[in-house]
Amino acid sequence: MSVKVKIPSQLRAATNGEGELEVEGGTVGEALDAVFDQHDGLRERITQDGDLRRFVNVYVSGEDIRFQDGLETAVADGDEVTILPAVAGG
Amino acid sequence: MAVDSLTCKECEASYELGAAYFCERCFGPLEVRYDHSDLEPAAARRKIQAGSQGIWRYANFLPFDGRPGDPLEPGLTPLIRADRLAERLGLGEVWVKNDAANPTHSFKDRVVAVAVAKAKELGFDTVACASTGNLANAVAAHAAAAGLDSYVFVPSDLEEQKLLATAIYGTKLVGVRGNYDDVNRLCTELAQERPWAFVNVNLRPYYAEGSKTLAYETIEQLGWELPDRIVAPIASGSMFTKLGRGISEWLQLGLVSGELPTFCGAQADGCSPVATAFADGSSVCKPQKPDTIAKSLAIGDPADGPYALDLARSTGGSIDSVSDDEITAGIKLLAETTGIFTETAGGVTVGVLAKLAERGAIGGDERVVVYITGEGLKTLDAARDSFRMHEIDPTLEDFEREFAAQAVV
Repeated sequence: MSVKVKIPSQLRAATNGEGELEVEGGTVGEALDAVFDQHDGLRERITQDGDLRRFVNVYVSGEDIRFQDGLETAVADGDEVTILPAVAGG
Repeated sequence: MAVDSLTCKECEASYELGAAYFCERCFGPLEVRYDHSDLEPAAARRKIQAGSQGIWRYANFLPFDGRPGDPLEPGLTPLIRADRLAERLGLGEVWVKNDAANPTHSFKDRVVAVAVAKAKELGFDTVACASTGNLANAVAAHAAAAGLDSYVFVPSDLEEQKLLATAIYGTKLVGVRGNYDDVNRLCTELAQERPWAFVNVNLRPYYAEGSKTLAYETIEQLGWELPDRIVAPIASGSMFTKLGRGISEWLQLGLVSGELPTFCGAQADGCSPVATAFADGSSVCKPQKPDTIAKSLAIGDPADGPYALDLARSTGGSIDSVSDDEITAGIKLLAETTGIFTETAGGVTVGVLAKLAERGAIGGDERVVVYITGEGLKTLDAARDSFRMHEIDPTLEDFEREFAAQAVV
């Protein structure tokens, strides 16, 4: 599956300025691993001990993956995976 | 100089005082740090008492070098001793902080006044927010007062009163087809694309500081003393945790003495991610899809949930939730015993106070402060069927007939 992963602007220094990355993967976790393979600096910022850090939110086509299967959430061809900080709002 | 830096609450990384809100290393929230090493408590108290009649009397404890100009200064709202409410609940000493008595009738004026002043200082010409309603009113009004453009994003199914009391100020009101968490996600993405000051996204560290003034006022209004217990609503958990921060700061600096009060949080059953995590013994909140009449508290993914849990647990407090019926009953109880008509969020808070009283969690000698954060006229639907009107002809006979059963002896 080819999916698009959107990176927050504040982290784009670690992706050579790229805001959207096209990667292969069948789940959110696989897609993120593919991103980390390209840009290793992102791994420890976004994950801790193999899980998402507690102030990181990930969405597949606008839906929070915690309402789905977390990192195991399946992604389809053309899906958009968005990484956002969780500390907004209220 | 008091205001010092932005610091990550998780990993302590330090950032300059700009429009930044999360740590680029670990995604943790940034918080304003101060250097009060030269503060002398007695002099600080005198300066406060000689200050303005609103939140800017606490300017030394807010993220500015001086006191910003503010044409719509909120704060110094009444703290009322509520003896009849206490009596109805079998409690000793209950105080109600009526924060509906602000320019746009909710505590949001405090946080927005701080955020808009910071937006101007940082050179923004447009402010924006993701709101459940009260914030929308406040951002639209304070932007109008400051001469800034504004965009206000809300769930499109919000109460009509809150939509109307936002649009009247000439803002660009955007109704998003989705719940608050959808609105919040959209604004987090938009904040990356537009050069705007989103008060509760990229200016959130400053915005949140405004809630500390609720704690400062309470202390001052109690004669520089602390309550034993605080009962306050939780949506994102920001106000709740900043009440704790404000009190801790003044305890550390010696402006007040005693111990941090017991913190009790209040949520609605239909949106209770923090109360659920508290009951489960969890340190993180599982997000929920809100379904409650308390729309101003309907945040299913609360940003400060973990910190609200920490505060309630470390002070021996609790986080409870109440049903829609208990919310309506809470609104009525407060109105009948204090003369204060609150919105649904206040009904949640009073409902939880009643619940705590009922289960004997509050000692008879405790001084309790309850935070009423919004105005009843903004959520009329919640009180729609709560009364019966006596309709009569304009004659003495008809009046006597209608009230015959209640004739004065």
